Amino acid sequence: MSESLLINICIVILFLPLLGFTTVVFLGKRIPKLYMFEVAILGVALVLSIIVAYVKLSIYNTKDIVAAFTWITMGNAPSQGVINIDLGFKIDNITVLMLFVVNLISFLVHVFSIEYMRGDKLYTRYFAYLGIFTFSMLGIVLTHNLLMMYIFWELVGLSSYLLIGFWFEKKSASDAAKKAFIVNRIGDIGMFAGILILFTQYKTFTFDVIYQQIAAGNIPFGSNAWLTAAGILIFMGAVGKSAQFPLHVWLPDAMEGPTPVSALIHAATMVAAGVYLVVRIFVMLTADAMLVIAVVGAFTSLVAATIALTQNDIKKVLAYSTVSQLGYMVMSLGVGAYAFAFFHLITHAFFKACLFLGSGSVIHSMHHEQDIRNMGGLKKKMPITYYTFLISTLAISGVPLFSGFLSKDGILAGTLAFGKLTGHWLIPIIGFTVAGLTAFYMFRLVILTFHGEPKDHHKFDHAHESPFVMSAPLVVLAALSIFIWYTPNPIGADSGWVLKNWIKTPVQVVPNETRFDFMKPSTEEAKAEFHGEVVHSVEYTETMHWAHYPAMFLSLAVAGLGILIAFMFYQWKKLNADKLAAKIKPLYNFSLNKWFLDELYDMTAIAGTLSFSSILAWFDNKIVDGIVNGSATVTRFVSKMSNLFDTFVVDGFVNFTAFFSGFVGLSFRRLQTGKVQTYIVFVIFAIIILLMFFKPF
Amino acid sequence: MNFYDIIFYIFAAITILSALFVVTTRNIVHSAFYLLFTFFGVAGIYVLLGADFIAISQILIYVGGILILLLFGVMLTNKITNVEIRTGTVHMLPAAIATGIFMGAVVAVMVWTEWKSELSVTPLTTTKDIGHLLLTDYVLIFELLGILLLVALIGAASIARRDKE
Amino acid sequence: MLHVGLTHFLIISAVLFSLGIYGIVTRKNAVMVLMGIELVLNSANINFIAFSKFGNFGLGGQVIALFVIVLAAAEAAIALAIVLNIYKTFSNVNVDEIDHLKE
Repeated sequence: MSESLLINICIVILFLPLLGFTTVVFLGKRIPKLYMFEVAILGVALVLSIIVAYVKLSIYNTKDIVAAFTWITMGNAPSQGVINIDLGFKIDNITVLMLFVVNLISFLVHVFSIEYMRGDKLYTRYFAYLGIFTFSMLGIVLTHNLLMMYIFWELVGLSSYLLIGFWFEKKSASDAAKKAFIVNRIGDIGMFAGILILFTQYKTFTFDVIYQQIAAGNIPFGSNAWLTAAGILIFMGAVGKSAQFPLHVWLPDAMEGPTPVSALIHAATMVAAGVYLVVRIFVMLTADAMLVIAVVGAFTSLVAATIALTQNDIKKVLAYSTVSQLGYMVMSLGVGAYAFAFFHLITHAFFKACLFLGSGSVIHSMHHEQDIRNMGGLKKKMPITYYTFLISTLAISGVPLFSGFLSKDGILAGTLAFGKLTGHWLIPIIGFTVAGLTAFYMFRLVILTFHGEPKDHHKFDHAHESPFVMSAPLVVLAALSIFIWYTPNPIGADSGWVLKNWIKTPVQVVPNETRFDFMKPSTEEAKAEFHGEVVHSVEYTETMHWAHYPAMFLSLAVAGLGILIAFMFYQWKKLNADKLAAKIKPLYNFSLNKWFLDELYDMTAIAGTLSFSSILAWFDNKIVDGIVNGSATVTRFVSKMSNLFDTFVVDGFVNFTAFFSGFVGLSFRRLQTGKVQTYIVFVIFAIIILLMFFKPF
Repeated sequence: MNFYDIIFYIFAAITILSALFVVTTRNIVHSAFYLLFTFFGVAGIYVLLGADFIAISQILIYVGGILILLLFGVMLTNKITNVEIRTGTVHMLPAAIATGIFMGAVVAVMVWTEWKSELSVTPLTTTKDIGHLLLTDYVLIFELLGILLLVALIGAASIARRDKE
Repeated sequence: MLHVGLTHFLIISAVLFSLGIYGIVTRKNAVMVLMGIELVLNSANINFIAFSKFGNFGLGGQVIALFVIVLAAAEAAIALAIVLNIYKTFSNVNVDEIDHLKE
């Protein structure tokens, strides 16, 4: 299989969902059951992506395949020379793994939605939106330059707006869609600024060319500060898209959309796009940028975990857990554990999608009940859902034998090493705390939903297991949450093929003085490795080895503690959750109300924007309109003057002419008296004049 | 200054003064009588010019015919309520100016022109010679005048006749 | 100058003529206009006869004068007939009121 064939298959994979979208949009009303076409297309795309992944990871393992074409040539920009803007694909290991993940989850969500959305009156349009979303996401994954990524970034934002606000007649849903889009846009401003800094300096958008330039010493505007700034600004896009603090507020509200949408977008793919972006620009991040990223990620995960403790809506708990896990991924990238971050992205995609679809199954069978305080005892009624949900919860809590444990463990080890090497100990502390909190609230969710006695017997009686099309995806995803697919060693991921062969941390290209010490090459030979091997210092590798076992034991301990406490509160009822909540009521409220961040934003940013816009409106009304009205008044005045002139002068002149000729005529009319005698007098006068004239005497 | 000139000036004065009163009097009958004196004056001037037959014809025709006719006209065309018949004037000022200037001009012409004048000898009585001329040199006009008079007679009678009821 | 010559008669004729014109132009009554006409004709007659005497024309001028008198008579007759007709139509003979041609 040649490279060009691979590229062509990727192009087909990219455009298949778009084909599905256009077909369903234009023909959906006329052909019934056209959504099956959409689902089939996704199935084909999935198969193709599996083929591509297999080929790439086996045959072309160490080679990145790039295919590009020049889109715009600006030949004569003054003082810039020739500027070429290229578009194209870059296929490396990260790409094909993401392709597989995106296509698989998109396909499973399509299948799940066949049953979940049945009966909805906009059924066909839903599948069209899923198609355009998949297309946009694949565009982000496949691209090799920042411009195309930005284009598809915005397309993903649009698709998520359409999908979140799918039930747009509900005000809360349309508000949530607007919120998502606007908050994303705020992050995109930073991303755009970062892209522009890079473009100004390097005259190109292509990743590889930029990195080569940086490696050769060409720094934006000649200062490391600008390089750091560029990195942080592009990270802003990830802050918006991946719901990091402070732009995380849209993601919980986005639960207004249908649950399969939440599974697709907010668990597995779109929010992962932010992390994917940081993965792509990892090599150009300076130490300061990485520190900022780590802090943002850590803080986000802590905030989200504390909020998730008290939430009562099943989807909100999962949403905050997503924010928290995304914080984990970002934090991991910030501390330099590149491979574990991406690994966690993959495992998180699978188990979080399973959790969301499982909650969708519960909601569907409980007739759209979402409050977990009204559920309970569903274990007996919905076994498949229960067991898949349980497996995913075990994965997210970091219990061994599951995929989540492998990736989380690696991240925590990375933070420990980072703390030891740089002295920023707060980050690992936060990391482990969040791990414990995660285990607690996830098991709280499971116990309250599935264990114990049903609280609402009416709904409980009607609950039933979901049909095959809904439970099959759950089974697939739960299966993928088990360790065996990733490594043969259940407690150590380093020896597995994923981390050893597939995901290779790339070489940093930023100048040496801007890197963390542990990321600088320690020997000359290590420095020269191209395309693949991590050039971490020897010190880093040793520290990571040191950190491995302590991290593992510590994470096991906190996870076990969390699960234990959850059981004590909710299963065995040894401790009373409500009493505790009453005792620490301020904290409880603070957590329940999402740290009052939405209210804070309302008071500051939104109020500020509204007042600014009202100032602008005043300006527009009074001054601009005043100018326009003033000019209109001037025109009216001028025209009135002109009217006066016309009436008095011009008309006066004309009237005078008429009057004058009338007057003359009237005067001369008196000559016509009709009397012969008058005429005789005239004759005599004439004779006299003739006499004068001819002077006969 | 001989007798001839004095007579001439007397008759000239009569003529012109009478003519002046003809055209300025309000009373029609007075105007007619001043016309009578004018005719007499003109006849006198004819005599001074040696045209005795013409003078007699003037008196006969003008005074005896035309003036009587004019008086008839006056009487027939005015509602006679009293003896005095008044009438107005039109255009006095412009007409006065015009005729004044005209008179001045013509008089100036008459005075300043070098007339080639020779006194011709006229016979004492011109009747015989005029009659002779009428039937020899001017016979055509004579005959035509006869016809003209006939036509005038018929015409006047037909114009002035009363409509048949 | 005081001795009477051709010029004096011509002056009389000119004056009579102007007075006649004045009478035609000024008078309102149609009969008085006719009187003016008679004055004009008389002045022409004086002119003829004066030139007949002073111009060596024999008696031709006098014959012409005779003709003029005849014509004056005929014309006066016709004119008065017309005046009577006008009087019948308009019941007055003021020439300034008979201006229907003006319209």
